[in-house]
Amino acid sequence: MEKTWNNKAWFMVLPVLVLVAFSAVIPLMTVVNYSVQDTFGNNEFFWAGTDWFLDVLESDRFWDALTRNLIFSAIILAIEIPLGIVIALNMPKKGIGVPICLVLMALPLLIPWNVVGTIWQVFGRVDIGLLGRTLASLGINYNYVQNPLDAWVTLIIMDVWHWTSLVVLLCYAGLVSIPDAYYQAAKIDGASRWSVFRYIQLPKMKRVLLIAFLLRFMDSFMIYTEPFVVTGGGPGNSTTFLSIDLVKMAIGQFDLGPAAALSIIYFLIILLLSWIFYTVMTTSDAQG
Amino acid sequence: MMTNKQPLSQRLSWLIPTIYIVFLLLPIYWLVNMSFKETSEILSTFSLWPQNPTLRNYTVIFTDPSWYSGYINSITYVVLNTLISVSVALPAAYAFSRYRFLGDKHLFFWLLTNRMAPPAVFALPFFQLYSAFGLIDTHIAVAIAHCLFNVPLAVWILEGFMSGVPKEIDETAYIDGYSFPRFFVKIFVPLIASGIGVAAFFCFMFSWVELLIARTLTTTDAKPIAATMTRTVSASGLDWGVLAAAGVLTIIPGALVIYFVRNYIAKGFALGRV
Repeated sequence: MEKTWNNKAWFMVLPVLVLVAFSAVIPLMTVVNYSVQDTFGNNEFFWAGTDWFLDVLESDRFWDALTRNLIFSAIILAIEIPLGIVIALNMPKKGIGVPICLVLMALPLLIPWNVVGTIWQVFGRVDIGLLGRTLASLGINYNYVQNPLDAWVTLIIMDVWHWTSLVVLLCYAGLVSIPDAYYQAAKIDGASRWSVFRYIQLPKMKRVLLIAFLLRFMDSFMIYTEPFVVTGGGPGNSTTFLSIDLVKMAIGQFDLGPAAALSIIYFLIILLLSWIFYTVMTTSDAQG
Repeated sequence: MMTNKQPLSQRLSWLIPTIYIVFLLLPIYWLVNMSFKETSEILSTFSLWPQNPTLRNYTVIFTDPSWYSGYINSITYVVLNTLISVSVALPAAYAFSRYRFLGDKHLFFWLLTNRMAPPAVFALPFFQLYSAFGLIDTHIAVAIAHCLFNVPLAVWILEGFMSGVPKEIDETAYIDGYSFPRFFVKIFVPLIASGIGVAAFFCFMFSWVELLIARTLTTTDAKPIAATMTRTVSASGLDWGVLAAAGVLTIIPGALVIYFVRNYIAKGFALGRV
């Protein structure tokens, strides 16, 4: 759509600007402020320059948390994206099955995140949980509280449970936008199931898949509540992701300087990712 | 009309979504199952359904103010947040969908970064900011704090819906002598009513599922139900039955409205970009 140039439109954007600036810019300034200062208490601060940033960047703690976070994101993407595509391809296209599938699949997306954590905490417990109990009776030694590997598996299954539906819904929205004529043409040409997928469905899903990929990556990169409830970052530090580490540092230990520096580094990573997301979305918007 | 001509793989395709849905529902079923059991039954016997179904857990929640006020608090700030987010997002989304202005693309991008910002980064500064204004433990504090990610979301979703309305409608209305506010309220808002509904739903939802910021900004008077639950987990009492019942009750609001937005849910999650 052709848009007219009108700088008065700023007045319509102003309320949003003020509100979001209050919620975003002021807190961010506080963080910047802490990240360059040191204190011995009593509200006396002195300049610390980039010390905190160097501290954070040189600490194993930061790199470990970052690595764990990246591995986690990589694993859940590798599972959720293909799984979501397969499920979306096999969903009913018309009839009563459509609303039933959509509503039931969307259900996990609307559960408060800590309740998601609670559900899986209970579900996986060896004494009272269905999953834990079943695995135990099969003779599998499973305990997410003590065994790091089990904790990881639990968190990954939980995330797959929680968010695969997002990928399914996005892919499904892409699939239903394909006109029937495409499929009929493919049928006349005697196209195989694979070529229908490769040359008709996949190109139509490309855009939504990009959105799904980027959203899932960013959201898993800042995951906090669910692992916090299930494992609390443990056993040991094995499931301490960046957000959990940051909250531990800022509110648990009250190490304001390092926590603020970590916040800024974290935020810059997210900023870069958002920029990629934005560019991808606007260029694919332009292509139609 | 199942014909035998269809290959086996196609006739069995319903199996995949079915298995997936069963996988989704099992943990939820387990929570519902537990919520109808006495805690002693949960701990002593293992059964796939309640042997002595009881409503005790739900009675506890509905009669104990420290429990049910959690729900009232959550709903209060969530509704406040939805109202604020949608009403400020409406004119902004209109501006983005209709006009080009100085710095519009930068502004749009900046809004997006706030949707993507990790709440963990904001927890501590928020606490200090709202302490300075004496707003800690009030509903409005949480409602405004949640605007951080809900206003951008509402702007993006509404902009998507508004761009679907042809510009000729605006121009015709102006020629007919409508002033801008009258046109906006009388003609434009009804046209994008479904978009407003979807945006409101998503604001409601993301405010409802968020815990970290809500918990940081509240202590007792505005404590959300989700935080009330975590407190119970850490207390050594561990009343599993009540915990399960509380969990089930937090799922219900989402489950109730999901039917109305089922066709737009993908659009909402993709920031109005499907």
